[in-house]
Amino acid sequence: MSALNQKKTNQGKKGQNQAGAAVSVKKTDGSSMSVMKKVLKVIAHYRFLLLLSVILAAVTVVLQLYIPILFGNAIDLILGPGKVKFGPMKPLLLEILFLILLTALLTWLMNLINNRLTYRTVQDIRSKAIRKIQTLPLSYLDSHSTGDIVQRVIADVDQLSDGLLLGFTQLFSGIVMIFVTLGFMFSKNIEITVMVLVLTPVSFLVARFISGHSYKLFRKQTEVRGRQTALINEMVGNEKVVKAFGHEKKASEQFRVLNKDLQDASEKAIFLSSLTNPSTRAVNNVIYALVALVGAGMILAGRLTVGGLTVLLTYANQYMKPFNDISSVITELQNAMACAQRIFELIETDSESADPKVLLHPWLYAEESGQDGASGKEEAEASGASESEEKTAEELLSEQTSGERHEIGAVDISHVYFSYDKTKKLIEDFNFHADPGMKIAIVGPTGCGKTTFINLLMRFYDVDQGSISIDGQKINEVSRGSLRKNYGMVLQDSWIKFGTVRENIAFGKPDATDEEIIRAAKEAHSYEFIRRMPKGLDTVINDEDLSQGEKQLLCITRVMLLMPPMLILDEATSSIDTRTELLIQSAFDKLMRGRTSFIVAHRLSTIRNADVILVMKDGKIIEQGSHDELMKKNGFYTKLYNSQFAGVEI
Amino acid sequence: MNGIKRTLTYLRPYRKQAILAPTFKLLEALMDLMTPLIVAEIINHGIAQSNFSLVVRWFLVLLLLAAAGMGFSFTAQWFAARASVGCTTGLRQALFDHIENLSYTELDTMGTDTLITRMTSDMNQVQNGLNLVLRLLLRSPFIVVGAVILSFTINVKAALVFVITVPILSLVIFGIMAASIPLYAKTQGALDRLLGTTRENLTGVRVIRAFHNEKREVEEFDRENQALTHLNEFVGRLSALMNPATFAIVNIATIILIRVGAIQVFHGNMAQGDVVALYNYMAQIIIELIKLASLIININRSIACADRIDNVLTVTSSMEYPKDAAGQKAERLSDSLQSEPSLEESAGTPGLKSSSEGSDDRKEDAVVFDHVSFAYAGTGENALENIDFTAKKGQTIGVIGGTGSGKSTLVNLIPRFYDASQGKVLVNGQDVRTYAKGELIDHIGVVPQKAVLFEGTIRDNLLWGNENASDEDLWKAIETAQAMEVVKGKEGELDALIEQNGRNLSGGQRQRLTIARALVRKPSILIMDDSSSALDFATDLALRTAIHGLEGEMTVFIVSQRTSSVRSADQIIVLNDGKMAGIGSHDSLMKNCRVYQEIYYSQFPDEKPADWKEAE
Repeated sequence: MSALNQKKTNQGKKGQNQAGAAVSVKKTDGSSMSVMKKVLKVIAHYRFLLLLSVILAAVTVVLQLYIPILFGNAIDLILGPGKVKFGPMKPLLLEILFLILLTALLTWLMNLINNRLTYRTVQDIRSKAIRKIQTLPLSYLDSHSTGDIVQRVIADVDQLSDGLLLGFTQLFSGIVMIFVTLGFMFSKNIEITVMVLVLTPVSFLVARFISGHSYKLFRKQTEVRGRQTALINEMVGNEKVVKAFGHEKKASEQFRVLNKDLQDASEKAIFLSSLTNPSTRAVNNVIYALVALVGAGMILAGRLTVGGLTVLLTYANQYMKPFNDISSVITELQNAMACAQRIFELIETDSESADPKVLLHPWLYAEESGQDGASGKEEAEASGASESEEKTAEELLSEQTSGERHEIGAVDISHVYFSYDKTKKLIEDFNFHADPGMKIAIVGPTGCGKTTFINLLMRFYDVDQGSISIDGQKINEVSRGSLRKNYGMVLQDSWIKFGTVRENIAFGKPDATDEEIIRAAKEAHSYEFIRRMPKGLDTVINDEDLSQGEKQLLCITRVMLLMPPMLILDEATSSIDTRTELLIQSAFDKLMRGRTSFIVAHRLSTIRNADVILVMKDGKIIEQGSHDELMKKNGFYTKLYNSQFAGVEI
Repeated sequence: MNGIKRTLTYLRPYRKQAILAPTFKLLEALMDLMTPLIVAEIINHGIAQSNFSLVVRWFLVLLLLAAAGMGFSFTAQWFAARASVGCTTGLRQALFDHIENLSYTELDTMGTDTLITRMTSDMNQVQNGLNLVLRLLLRSPFIVVGAVILSFTINVKAALVFVITVPILSLVIFGIMAASIPLYAKTQGALDRLLGTTRENLTGVRVIRAFHNEKREVEEFDRENQALTHLNEFVGRLSALMNPATFAIVNIATIILIRVGAIQVFHGNMAQGDVVALYNYMAQIIIELIKLASLIININRSIACADRIDNVLTVTSSMEYPKDAAGQKAERLSDSLQSEPSLEESAGTPGLKSSSEGSDDRKEDAVVFDHVSFAYAGTGENALENIDFTAKKGQTIGVIGGTGSGKSTLVNLIPRFYDASQGKVLVNGQDVRTYAKGELIDHIGVVPQKAVLFEGTIRDNLLWGNENASDEDLWKAIETAQAMEVVKGKEGELDALIEQNGRNLSGGQRQRLTIARALVRKPSILIMDDSSSALDFATDLALRTAIHGLEGEMTVFIVSQRTSSVRSADQIIVLNDGKMAGIGSHDSLMKNCRVYQEIYYSQFPDEKPADWKEAE
C-alpha cells in the first residue's frame, strides 16, 4: 500500500523525466534492449516480489535437479536379482517424497508471485498510459487515430503481459538451471564441461541471429496490423454509412488487400521466429553427440566411468534444455518488446506544457472542496420541500455567490495568432474585449474558425502569439483546470459516457444530490425523457442508446448542474427540435444572465439577443456589433441573416 | 465449442499444410526418441568392446539425426505458419465480409465495439492458438504414448504404474482447464470494458478536460484496471496449480516405480538398466506433459476467442432478399406492365390515394408509404405508426418533427435499412423487399445525420457515391453541395488527403462533402437526414437552390429541425411521437396543423400572431 502512495506522489516528477528520456529514445529507436530497460524500470517497483521470485526460482531448480540425483542413488541400490538394498532405500524414498512435496509447494508459490508481478506491472503500465492520455496535448490526440491509441493501451499491453508472464516463469528458472547443472557437471568431468561451455555460445549466436531478424519482422507485422485495425475501426465503426452507399464490397476489397499484406508479414514473422527453437535444438544435439564421442574416448582412456558419462549426458541435455526455453521465451519477449515500444512511445510523448499552480478565481475551488455540497443540501432541506422545488437553479446560484458574480468574466483577447498547421495561417491578429456578463455570439460561414476560437478560449490549444486573459489574468499563467472550471461547455458532438444517467449528469459535480440533478434536468428539459427511461436516473446508457437530441439535452443538463461563471456553447442547439429548443433557450437565457457567454450557433434567433456579435470569416472578425448595428451596416451579416428568409422565394 | 468447427472450415484450404506440419513434427520427435537408443548402443557395444571406430560411426549417425531433426522441424514450422496464418486470414476476411452483410438491426444489437474486438484481438489469439496446436499438440501425446508402450515391452508390472499415472495426470490437467475456461471468458469481458473506457477517454477528451474531470476518469479507469488485474490473478492462481501438481504426481509415481522396480529386479524379472530406462521414460513423460499443460492453457484461450468469433458469424442478417434476382426483375417488369389489379390486391387496404390513382400516376410515384408501422428490435413500442403518404417523382418532401419523433426512422425505411413491421414501402412503384440486394441502394443517395468521411483522398471519398464518376461529375456534385471552397481550399484539391473520420475537416466541411458524395451517385431519390445542421443559413439556402436546379426528376427528402429548410418543399410531413401530425404544403400546414405552427413560431417569433397561445 505504501508503495502505491509513493507512486502517486512521484507521478509528477516521473512525467518530466520521461519527457526528457523520450528524445534519447528516438535516437536509439528500434533497440529492444532499451525498451527492455524501461519495462524493467517499471518492474523495479516490485523489487521485493522480484527478488522473492528469483530466490524461489533458484531453490526450486536446485531441488528439481537434486531429486534426480537421489533417484539415481536409489537406482544404485538396485544391483541385480537378489541384490537389492531395501534397508537404506526406505528412508531415501521418504526423503525424496518430502523434497517432491516441498518443490511442488515452492513452485506454486513462485507461480503466484510471477502472476502478481506480471499483472501488476501491466496494470501499472496501463495506469501510466491513461494518466498520460489526460495530459497529452490535444494536437497529439487530434492527429492520432483513437483506434491506434486504444490498441496500444489494450492489445499491445496484453501482448506484453503474455510475454512477461512467459519470461518470468521460464527465463529465471532457465538461467538458474544452467548454472546449477554446470556445477554438477564440473564435479564429474572438467574437460567435457569446458567443451560444452565453449560450444554453447553457438546456440546463443543462432538464437540471437534469428531473433534479431524476427524482431524486425514482428515490428512490420505490428505496423501492418495497426493499419488493419485502423481500417476495421473506420469501416466497422461506421458500418451504417458503408451500407448506405453499398460500399460493402469495396470495403471488403480494401480489407482483403491489407489482410493479404498482414498474411505475408505474419507468415514471415511467425516462421522466422519459430526457427529459433529447432535451430538451437540442433546445435544442442550436436553438442550431445560430441559429449558422447569425447566421453566414450575418455572411458576408453580410463579417465571416466560409464556411470559418469550417463550423468554427464543427462546433464548436458538438461543444461541445454533451458536454452530452448530461453530462446523461445526470447522470441516471445521480442514480440512483447515490439509492443512495449509502442506503449512507451505513447507514455513518453511530451505532455502539455507544465500547468501553473496559480488558480483562476480560487473561490470556485473553495466552494467545491467542502461546504458547497453540504451547505447547498442543508439549505434545501431547511427551506422546506415545496419551496425548494420551486427554486430555480439560477436563483440558487445567485444566493450562493451573491455580489461577486459581476466582477467575473472579463475576457481580453489581444493580438492572437494561431494555426494548426504552422505553414498555413489561420487566425491572425485577433483582438477582442468582453465585459463581464456579456453575451457574445460568434457567427460566420462554416470553417471560418469558430471552433478554433473555442479551442483557444478553453486552452485546448495554446496561442502561437498574443494572449488571452480573464479578469486581467493571462490564461496560460493559471492552471488549466481552474480556467476550464470557469466555463460551462456544450459541444457540437455530444459525448455520453457509458454509465447511468445520474453519472452522466453529475459529471462535473459527482457529489450532487438527486434533488439537484432532477432540478437541473427539469431546467434543461431532459427530465421528461429521463423519467420515461426504464430505471430513471439509474438507467445505464450508452452512446448509441440515445438520439442526438437526447444526448445534447443531457450535455446541457451537465452544465446546468454546475452553473459556472462563463459559458461556451458550440452549436449546442443545432440538433434539438425547435420546440424543445425554445424551452432550452429560456433556460439558457436564465443561465447566461450575468455570465460571460460565448455562443457559436447558426440559429439567428439565438444570436439576436447577444450583446455583441462577432462575424467571422477566414479566421478573422470581419464585423462586430449588436444585431441592430450590424443590420444597419448592411454587410456580410445582413446577407447571412436575410438568407434565412430567402427560402420562401424558391 | 462451435468455434473449433468454424476454424477448421477455414483451415480446409490449408489442409495439406495442416497435416504436414504435425507430421514433420512427429518425425522430428522420432529423431529425439532415437538418440538415447544410439547412446545406449555406444555404451553397450562401442565402449564395452573398446571399438572407437564404432563409436565414431554412431557419433556420425547422431549428427545425421540432429541435421534431419532440424530439417523436419523447419519444414514443420513453415507449414504451421502457412496454415495458421492462412486460416486466420481467411477467417478474418470471412468475419469482415459477414459484418458487411449484417443489417442495421444486427449492428444495433451487437454494437460496433464488440465487432472490432472480434476482428482484432480475438482473431490474433486464434492464430496463436492454431499455430501452437499444429506444431506441438500432437508431439507431446506422441511421446507420452510412445513411452508407455515401450514400458510395456520392458516390464508389465512396472508399466502398470504408467497406466495409473497417466489418467490421474490427465484428470488433474483437464480438471484445472475445465475450471479455467469460463474464467478466461470473464477476463476477456473485463478487458473489453477497459477497452471501452479507454476509447471513451479519447473520444471525450474535450469534455473531460472542460469539466476538469481527468482525475475521476483516471480513478474509474483504475477501478476497472484493478478489477481486470484481480480477475487475471484469480485465473492465474488456478493455472499456477498445474505445474506443481503434475510435478508432484509424476515424481511420486517415480518413487512407486522404483519401489516396484526394486522388487522386480530382486526377483530377477528385469535388469538394473531396465529400471534406468523406465525412469527415463517417466522423466520424459513429465517434460512432455508440462509442455502439453501450458499449451492447453493457451489453446483454451484461443478456443474461447474462436467461439466468440463464431457467435458473430452465426448471427445472420434479418433481411431477406429475393433469391433469384434476375427472375425477380422480370417478374417486376411484367408486373408493372400488367396491371393495376394485382397491385391493388397486394396493397391490401386501399389507401387514401392509391385507390384514386390510375396506373399512369403510379409511374410517377417515387416513394410510397403504405400504412407503415415500425418498431426497433427489442423494443415493443412502435417508433413509427401508420405512416401513409406518396412522394411523386421530382418532388421535394420535407420531414419535420421533434427529437425522437421518428424522422430518421422514416427515411431509413426508404433504402430498406430496416424492414417495416407492418405495411409496406414502395420505391419506384415496387415493394422495397422485392429488390435484389444492392439494387435498391443504387437509386438512392443518402446523406446521413452523422457526417462521416473516410481516410483517403477527397476523390476516394466522393467515388463512394459512384465509382465510375468522372472528375467532371465530382466537381459538379461538389459545386451543388456548396463544397467548392472546401475542396479548392485544400492542397491538391480532389487529391487532398482526408484523415480518419475526416478529422482534419470541420463539421460543416464534412457535411458538405457527404452531400456531394451522395450527389455523385446521381440518385433518383436523395435523402438528407438533418444534414445541413452544421451549415449556416446562407449555405443551406444555396444548397437547396442548387439541388432544386439539378436536371432530372430527383425526389428529395429533407429531414430537418428548421422550418426554413423544409418551407419550400412540395409536401411537408409533420411527425409527432412516431405519428403523422400532418402533411401538406407550408401554407396549408400553417392553416391546419397545430404542431407545425408551434414549430414555425418557435423559430420565427416575430411572425407570431398576437392571438397565438403557447401549447405548454
